[in-house]
Amino acid sequence: MRKFISITLISISSIFLFNTAYAGKLVIESWRNDDADAWNNAIIPAFNAKYPDIEVIFQTTIPVQYAGSMNAKLEGGTAGDLITCIPFDQSLKLFNRGWLDSLNSLGGLDNYPQVAKDAWSTDDGSDLFCVPMASVSHGFMYNKEIFAELGLSIPKTESEFFATLDKIKDDGNYTPLAIGTADTWATAIMGWQNVGPNYWAGEKGRKAIITGDEKFTDQHYVDLLTSLQRWSNYMADGYQTQTYPDSQNLFTLGMAAIYPTGSWEIFTFSQNADFEFSAFPPYTQDGQADCYIDDHTDIGIGLNSASTNKEEAKIFLEWLTSAEFAEIFANEVPGFFPLHTHSINVNDPVAKEFISWKDTCDTTIRNSSHIVGRGEPNLDGVIYEVVSSVINGTMTPEEGAAKTEASLANWYEPHQ
Amino acid sequence: MKKKFPYHIIVFLFPACFIYTIFMIFPLFDTLRISFYTQDLMGSNLDNTTGVRTFTGINNYRILFFDELWSYHFWNALKNNTYFFILHVSIQTPIGLLIAAFLSSKELKFKGTYRTLIFLPAMMSIVIVGYIFNLILSNLWGIPQTLLGAVGLENLYQPWLGLKETALITISLISIWQFVGIPMMLFYAALLNIPDEVLEASKIDGSNGITTFWYIKLPLIMPTVGLMVILTYVGNFNAFDLIFAIRGLYAGPEFSTDLMGTFFYRTFFGFQHQLGNPTMGATVASATFGIILIGVLLYLFAFQKRITRYQY
Amino acid sequence: MRSYQEKINQLIMHSVLLLYTLICMFPVYLLLSNSFKKRKAIFKEPLSLPSEETFSLTGFTKMFSRVDFGIFFYNSITVTLITLFLVLLFGAMAAWALSEYKFKGNTMLGLYLAFGIMMPIKLGTVSVLQVLNSMGLVNTLTGLIVVYTAQSLPLAIWILSEFMKQVNNELKEAARCDGVNEYQLFFYIILPLLRPPLATVAVFTMVPVWNDIWWPLVLAPSSGKQTVILGMQQYIGQYVTNWNAVFASLSTALIPILIFYIIFSKQLIRSITSGAVK
Repeated sequence: MRKFISITLISISSIFLFNTAYAGKLVIESWRNDDADAWNNAIIPAFNAKYPDIEVIFQTTIPVQYAGSMNAKLEGGTAGDLITCIPFDQSLKLFNRGWLDSLNSLGGLDNYPQVAKDAWSTDDGSDLFCVPMASVSHGFMYNKEIFAELGLSIPKTESEFFATLDKIKDDGNYTPLAIGTADTWATAIMGWQNVGPNYWAGEKGRKAIITGDEKFTDQHYVDLLTSLQRWSNYMADGYQTQTYPDSQNLFTLGMAAIYPTGSWEIFTFSQNADFEFSAFPPYTQDGQADCYIDDHTDIGIGLNSASTNKEEAKIFLEWLTSAEFAEIFANEVPGFFPLHTHSINVNDPVAKEFISWKDTCDTTIRNSSHIVGRGEPNLDGVIYEVVSSVINGTMTPEEGAAKTEASLANWYEPHQ
Repeated sequence: MKKKFPYHIIVFLFPACFIYTIFMIFPLFDTLRISFYTQDLMGSNLDNTTGVRTFTGINNYRILFFDELWSYHFWNALKNNTYFFILHVSIQTPIGLLIAAFLSSKELKFKGTYRTLIFLPAMMSIVIVGYIFNLILSNLWGIPQTLLGAVGLENLYQPWLGLKETALITISLISIWQFVGIPMMLFYAALLNIPDEVLEASKIDGSNGITTFWYIKLPLIMPTVGLMVILTYVGNFNAFDLIFAIRGLYAGPEFSTDLMGTFFYRTFFGFQHQLGNPTMGATVASATFGIILIGVLLYLFAFQKRITRYQY
Repeated sequence: MRSYQEKINQLIMHSVLLLYTLICMFPVYLLLSNSFKKRKAIFKEPLSLPSEETFSLTGFTKMFSRVDFGIFFYNSITVTLITLFLVLLFGAMAAWALSEYKFKGNTMLGLYLAFGIMMPIKLGTVSVLQVLNSMGLVNTLTGLIVVYTAQSLPLAIWILSEFMKQVNNELKEAARCDGVNEYQLFFYIILPLLRPPLATVAVFTMVPVWNDIWWPLVLAPSSGKQTVILGMQQYIGQYVTNWNAVFASLSTALIPILIFYIIFSKQLIRSITSGAVK
C-alpha cells in the first residue's frame, strides 16, 4: 500500500515536472487582430518546428482598447506572458511600474540598429524592455488603372502632386484624394506624419523640436499645414463625415485615385481591391534636394514580470531576433517592415516599393512620439485636432501652428 | 410583551445591501476620495505596495475648473451635455406624449403594432445604432442625398455629423430616435391609469379631445412627466456609448460632441498615445456626480413639490 | 357629423403614427436588407431590397467562419441570466423587508438604496476595478455579474416595493395566523403574486445588461470572455472595410433582442400598465 502511494506521488509530481519543464504555454497579448491568421498559420508553426514543446497562443484586444485593458490586466495579474509593446512612453510606463522585465541579457539584440532599440529603452539607454519587431511607413497609394486611363504620371514634388490632383478633379469621374476628417488620427498620421518629414528635414527637425531649437510656429510647419489645407479641395463632398473605413472603401471600390496611406494597409488592400495599385513616396517641397521617409518603430514584444514561463518566453524572444522570423513576418504581414539588420527577401510588390524608397531617402520616426509625447495635453492628440481643423477650414495654418506650439510650451521646458 | 429579535428582516435585507454597498456605494465614495490625490503618470515614483498616490486636497478640482487646459474641456463637456439634455426634454418628451396620447385613444386600431415597433429601437444596442447611423449619414453612402433628392431638396444635404455646428444636434436626434419609446411607454401607462369617471365628467362638460388632453389628462400625468425629465437628466449626464460609437473618443469635430461621459473615459483610461490619468479621471467623475446630485435635488425640492398639488 | 369628425381624427392619428413607425423602422430595414447583398451593391444601391443579381450570403459565411459565436452567446446568456436571478431574488427580498416591516431606519435605508437609481455605477469605475482586482475578479464573468447586480438592484427594489405595498393585508395576516413563518410567507405566498412586476423588473434589468459595452470593455476585454455585443464590436473593428461582414454581424447581434422582445413585450405592457408607474 505504501509503495502504491509513493509510486502515485512520484508519477503525479513527474506530471507537474513535465508540465513546467517541457510543456510551457506562452500567451502573447497583442492589438494586431488583423494579423491573427499570420501568427496562427505561419509564425507560430515555424517556431514550433524548432521548439515543438512550447505552445504559443496569440491573443488579441482591439487597438483602441489595448492600452487601457493591458494596464488593468497587468495590475490584476491576469496578463499573458508576452506583451506586445506600443513604442515609447506607454511601454516605458509598464517598465517603470515593474510590470515588464529588462531584456538586456537577451541574446540576439545585436541584430537591431540603435534607432530600433531607442523606442523601447529607458531615457538613459540603460535598460531595454521590449524586443523590436517592425516599423510602418507612409506614402501614397494610387489606382494604376485610373492613372493609366487619365494618362497621369507619378508626382514627385508638391506642385506636381497638386497638378495631378487637378487633372483628376477636372476629369470628374473619380474622387482625387480618398481621405476624410471624421477620424482625426487618420488625417494626422497619413497627412502630417506622411509628408511632414520633408518639411522638417527628418531626424534633424525631429530632434530640434526635442531640444527646443525649432518651434512649431516656424515657417516650415506653417507651410506643412498650408499644404495639407489644400488637400480639402480634392476630397469627396462631405469629407467631414468621412471616416477612416469610408476612405478605405472609397479607394478599394475603385472610386478614388489616390489614397494617403500607411504601409499596414497593403495587406488588407491586396485582399479587397480588384484593380492594380501601387504606391509613391511622400511629395517633397519644390526645390528640395533630399527626401525623408517616416519609418516609425511601431511594434515590439516584452516579457511580463509576473510570467511563470520566463525560460520559454526568453527562448521565444530570442527566436524573434532571428533572420528566420524576420523573413516570415515580412512576407506574412506585408507592410510591417522587420527592424532587424538581416537582409530579407520581400515578395509583395507594393511592400517592395515602400522598402525601395529607403535607398534614396533618409528615414525618421514620428516627431510627436519621443520625449515630447509624454505631457498634458498630449502632443499627438493636439496634432490630430489641429490637422483636421485646418483641413476643415475652421482653423488657419497659422492658428494651428500656434496652438500646437502653445500646447507643448505648456509643460515642456525647452519650449517655454 | 418582549418580542424575539427580528432576524428575518436582516436575512431579507442583507444580500441586497451587501452587494449594493460593496460594488456601488463604496466605489462611488472611493472615487470621491481618489479625486483628492495625485499620481505620477509615468509611474517612476511608484512601487506597488506603498505611497502610490499623494494627497493634494482640492487641487485637482482647482485644475479641472480653472486651469485652462482642463477647464476648457470640462466647461465644454458640461455645456454640450446641458444642450444635449435640453434637446432631449424639448423634443423627446412632446413626441412621446403625442404618441402616447394617440395610442391611449380607445377607438384606435393596430395599437399593439405601433407600440411594439416604436419601442423596438430602445431595445437595440448602441453599437448597432451607432454604426447604422454613421453609414446613413455618411457622405459616401448617399442616403440623405437620395431621400432629399426625391423631394427636390438635394442642396440641403450637409455632412451633419462632421460639422462643428450640427454634430451635437445630429447625435442628440439619433439618441432621441432611439429612446422615444421609453417616455411613450411611461406616459401611455399613466394615461391608462386615469380613472374613467374623470374623463366621463369632462365629456359631459362638452370638451373635445384636445381640450380634454390639455386641461385634464396632462395635469394628471404631470408627476410622470416630471419623473421622465429627471430620469432623462440622469441618463443624459451618463451618456457615453453613443458618442463613443459614432464619433470615437475624440468626440469630434473639435470636441463639439464631447459629453461628461466621454471626457471621463478619455481622462481615466487614456487613448492611443496618451496615458490614462486615474486621479483626474476620478475628479471628472466626482464633478459629474455633483452635477447629477444638484439636478436631482432641485427636482425633488422645487419641481416635485409644486406639481404634487395637481395629483388626484 | 360626429362620425365624420371621428374619421378625420382617426386618419390624422394613423398617419402620424405610421410616419413615426416608418422613421423607427427605416434603419432596421437598411441593416437587414443590406446584410444579404454583395459588397458593391451595398455601396451602390443601399435602399433597394436584395435582388437576384445582388443577393449574397458571403457576409454571414465569413462571419461564422471567423467568430466563435458559441462563446459569445454563452457568456452573454450566463451573465444576463445569473444577474437576473440575483436581482429578482435579492431585490424582492429587500423590497419586501422595506415595505412590510416597521423598523428603525426603514426610511433611511430605503433612501440609501434608492440613491443608486440616480448615481450611475459607471462613475465609480476606478474603484470598482480596484475592488475587483483585489478579489481576483478582473477578466471573469463573475466580476461582470456582481457589478450588474449591484447596478440593477436599486431600480428593482424601488419598483417592487411599490407593488409589495399593494398586497392585500388580510391575506398576509391569514397566512400568519395559520402558523406560516416569515420566510414561507414571502417565498410561497408573496412572490408568486408578483409575477407581472417581476417581469417588468426583468426587462429593465436584462436589456441594459445584455447591451452594455462599458463593463465588458473595462472588466473582461480579453478573448474568451467577451459578451455578444463587445465581441461584435471587436469583430467589426477588424473588418471595417468589409461591409458584408459588418452588416451580417450587426444583423446577427440584433436577432436575440428581437426574439427576446417578442417573448416579453406582452408581459411588459401588462405590468407597466397595471400601475407600476403612477
